Amino acid sequence: MATDAPAAPAEPSDDQADPTETRESDRGLGDQLRDVGPGRVALYAVLLALGAFYLAPLESGLLTAFKTQEAFFSTTPFAPPPIDGTTVAPWLSAFDTLSGGLVNSFILVVPATLISALLGSLAAYGLTNIDWRGQLVVLLLFVAGVFIPYQAVLVPLTRFWTMVGLNDLLAFWEPLASRADLVALIITHAAYGIPICTVLFRSFYSTIDGEMLEAARLDGASAATIYRRIILPLSGPIFAVTLIYQFTQIWNDLLFALVLLSSPENQVVTIALNKLKGSMVQQYNLQMAGAFIAALPTLLVYVLFGEQFAEGVAGET
Amino acid sequence: MNPMDLVSRLVRSADDEAHEDADVRTDGGTATSERQGSGRGFLASNRNLVESLPFWLPPALLVGLFVYGAIGWNVLISLTDWEGLGSPEYGSLDLSMYAQLLGDDTFIIAFRNTLVLLIAFTVVSLAVGLVVAILVDQRIRFENTFRTVYLLPMSLSFVVTAIFWSWMYNFEIGMINQLLRLAGLDFLTQQWISDPQWKMAAIIFALMWQFSGYCMVVYLAGLRAIPTEQYEAARTDGASTLRMYWRIIVPQLRASTTSAAVVLMVFALKAFDFLYVLFGDTPGPSVDILSVMMFREAFSTTNWAYGSAIATVLFLMALSVIGPYLLTQYRRGDL
Repeated sequence: MATDAPAAPAEPSDDQADPTETRESDRGLGDQLRDVGPGRVALYAVLLALGAFYLAPLESGLLTAFKTQEAFFSTTPFAPPPIDGTTVAPWLSAFDTLSGGLVNSFILVVPATLISALLGSLAAYGLTNIDWRGQLVVLLLFVAGVFIPYQAVLVPLTRFWTMVGLNDLLAFWEPLASRADLVALIITHAAYGIPICTVLFRSFYSTIDGEMLEAARLDGASAATIYRRIILPLSGPIFAVTLIYQFTQIWNDLLFALVLLSSPENQVVTIALNKLKGSMVQQYNLQMAGAFIAALPTLLVYVLFGEQFAEGVAGET
Repeated sequence: MNPMDLVSRLVRSADDEAHEDADVRTDGGTATSERQGSGRGFLASNRNLVESLPFWLPPALLVGLFVYGAIGWNVLISLTDWEGLGSPEYGSLDLSMYAQLLGDDTFIIAFRNTLVLLIAFTVVSLAVGLVVAILVDQRIRFENTFRTVYLLPMSLSFVVTAIFWSWMYNFEIGMINQLLRLAGLDFLTQQWISDPQWKMAAIIFALMWQFSGYCMVVYLAGLRAIPTEQYEAARTDGASTLRMYWRIIVPQLRASTTSAAVVLMVFALKAFDFLYVLFGDTPGPSVDILSVMMFREAFSTTNWAYGSAIATVLFLMALSVIGPYLLTQYRRGDL
């Protein structure tokens, strides 16, 4: 990553001015001495081996995606493709199969992510920065919502959307009516995303100085004004964390899409990829290329915003 | 609110009353000054509730409908005999679906498998995550790069990782068996994801691969919260590094362990995507779990009420994990 901090051990000379830091710098010096020891070498060897472990499926998949059918049957899965066995055909073919799903996934993910993050922010503000009796009970219901196994709501959920009949409700505008499945999926993901978004925003909002807000209230600012003028401008970093977390979650989901999408033209990329796997059983090169194409948006987000992603997954606890 | 705050707020609000009328307009606020004069402190709670409603009520209604309403509805459906294409009949409700569950060997097997997955997956992921976190915490260079690599699988869809692992586990040319052959351990090669004996272990290993990075992140935060002095004290005591971690550091990570374990266990209960992509809706008795069975019953064979009954069991299992956890958090004021 670009933000890699170059040196973990503190330079002793930097810390000498600050007496509270001496202990830290001692430890840093000790570690620097140990840097040359065999223990240190072993540590890095283990860390690299772990890195190989976590990357192995991706490495093998990436190389396989560039191999011809004969090549991946005749070479080791983690060896680069031979000259005469290299091809980009699997990528083109997989992209062809998945492109419709990619577009639909973006149509799904962008609004669902924005809506759930915004509602989460509003809920967290109303439950954290404005004091009223009983708010913890409401909050408890939000937090518990994070842990609900989706299987427990699947049957009523499909029943609900059948009864709502979004198709007819949206009939006034044909392009939207044909997307009714996708609209239902957007609302569903937005709704089930609210609890985790609220939890993430709350952990951030509870660190905001209450006296500052109280002063604003005494100056006559309404709750809405405080939200708009004080809370929202401070929320940039936590919006980044939440949006990245939700983007990844919703993009990666299969289950909701599986039960809510019926028309083939609305299928999202995870559905399309699963179908590709099912129909191209022995064509591992095509499967791997497809997996990478479907994963590319989340991989890109992860590489660019790894810190925020880590904060998001850690915030779940 | 403590009484001193109340008094000072009353005093301040009386002081500010004169300015407020002027300020209200410039800020566009809507506070009414005649109320504030008398007993703002007492009214504060109620008035704040009213003021806070527009913010949390709409999302709460959505959560109420989609989460809690749906859970209740699911229980209701599980009491009917709804199946096939029609609509559920709410006229005659009984527990027949649950009675049927108890006599269903498939359910018993899926229930047992779910518990095995839940426990083994949680323990293995936590253990690996803890070891990785301790290694990363040794003031290493390129820490960010290592962390980024270890957490990377968490950013991938289960559909994607299931495809990767079906390739890794391929008998003839998959990486696992190829590595074993390379090391001269041919006798260890297995039909990892088709041999009933190895299926569950293979699934748990792959899921551990995906989730241990998450455990590392949680444990790393826990490790960083332990004061440096404790490491120092242990070192001057002459405790060996291993002993120090086992005796002094690990016991202090209980909070991290609990919260990570809850997340992992709840995940294990709803693990569906990964298995579905690998095996479809019939993974076979060795790895059939409740979440997959529920989907199969409800959405493949349209036994809606029966599927809902399985879903209710899953919900109760999740509740028994998160209930005590959230209650403790709530009592401690950690929410």
